[in-house]
Amino acid sequence: MAGADGRTSFGTSGRSAAVSRETAAEAEARRRDEEALSADDTVDLGEVRREAGVDDVLDALDRELVGLAPVKERLRELAALLVVDRVRERFGITTDRPTLHMCFTGNPGTGKTTVAQRIGELLTGLGFLRRGHVVTATRDDLVGEYVGHTAPKTKEIVGKARGGVLFVDEAYYLHRPGNERDYGGEAIEILLQAMEDHRDDLVVVLAGYADRMATFFEANPGMQSRVAHHVDFPDFSADELVTIAEGMVADQGLRFSSEAHSALHEYLELRREQPWFAGARSVRNALDRARMRQARRLGEGGDTKVGLADLTTLEAPDLRASRVFAGGHRAE
Amino acid sequence: MRITQGTFSFLPDLTDDEIRLQIDYALAHEWPLSIEFTDDPHPRNTYWEMWGLPMFDLQDPAALLDEVRACRDEHPEHYVRVIAYDASLGRQTVALSFLVNRPSNEPGFRLERQEGKDRQIAYTTHAYATDRPSGQRYGRHGSHDGARSNGDGRG
Repeated sequence: MAGADGRTSFGTSGRSAAVSRETAAEAEARRRDEEALSADDTVDLGEVRREAGVDDVLDALDRELVGLAPVKERLRELAALLVVDRVRERFGITTDRPTLHMCFTGNPGTGKTTVAQRIGELLTGLGFLRRGHVVTATRDDLVGEYVGHTAPKTKEIVGKARGGVLFVDEAYYLHRPGNERDYGGEAIEILLQAMEDHRDDLVVVLAGYADRMATFFEANPGMQSRVAHHVDFPDFSADELVTIAEGMVADQGLRFSSEAHSALHEYLELRREQPWFAGARSVRNALDRARMRQARRLGEGGDTKVGLADLTTLEAPDLRASRVFAGGHRAE
Repeated sequence: MRITQGTFSFLPDLTDDEIRLQIDYALAHEWPLSIEFTDDPHPRNTYWEMWGLPMFDLQDPAALLDEVRACRDEHPEHYVRVIAYDASLGRQTVALSFLVNRPSNEPGFRLERQEGKDRQIAYTTHAYATDRPSGQRYGRHGSHDGARSNGDGRG
């Protein structure tokens, strides 16, 4: 039945002089026709998952991201739902395309951007997005400086993100309550419009601190109702941070001595309690500083002859010299 | 007379699907795209009016195709073209330019002979359409003259 109903001739309609138009809905319909199944067919869901690369993406997520159990759980649920939706659609049951806009809440350095990238890949594999690239935008990229500047600016960003994921970092800064002259509200309106109009090829992810995000949604009920998935990113425990740190140094071809390992654990325990702790990002910074101290120790110490082992091993003193052990960042 | 200008101009008009594929091709080569329109069909009319700013860093043709449609809706009786610019060192020129819209009726050109000194003759091509003021050249109603939108800030 599929394909014989004239839709297949669409590509040749260019022979007529009239410039014809294909809407996104028609393209969707054509794709659906090609994959359509009849009522007594059966489908191997496992195969659908394999073809779409769902398990590859989810496994990569498990491998690359430490901790974040609730987030991974949510993604698995979402992936399962989307796979089933896809197959259901092929049987001819028209389900509305699910709303895929999401809200990621969590403290800095908990992996929100990384997960957004993975979601892009996941949705591309399942055919919900065409490219799956991630465009990151903050208030500066969306809100203009004078009247009439905001709309083209926001539309430009939305255009860049079409077919992929628009990641709006610290979305609550868009809304500045009590400032009549702020253009943030206009940006929100255009964003809402885009979330509605381009539902079939744009996924908007709003990210930020949980409490501020809640206030933002209260002030913008339209946004609240268009975001279907709220994912909360928990903070990393000290053990998870140590695992992350090990992964980072391994990437740089370095390793910790066993004393350095316990020093690192102590360091992270202390650092977590101090202000301006930014999760994995703080770990990266701490490691950068440790490498600097290591370089100094090697170059300025008494014995300046070094071997490969010296160059690639971070020792406990490299970490223990940190201010964190002396009462920390409050001194700044 | 059917104007042939730019790439594909001897082919039948492109469908939106075919336009999408051409945009895809340009994006794959990392050429930023822009849209321009005019109602002066003269071949030496190089500088057309811009429909919004060129669109940089696009990954997907959808956004540009939307702009093509918006421009067509606003100027149904104008020539509209899509331009892809190759910014790479050593080329830095328009790499691809093709029409995506044309007026429903194109009256064509007349040849003018100008007799000069010593019976020398200079030739000029004159577009019939340009006899009328800009904005009223094609179609029964013409386009809105005067306040023409250039695509900026449209909702």
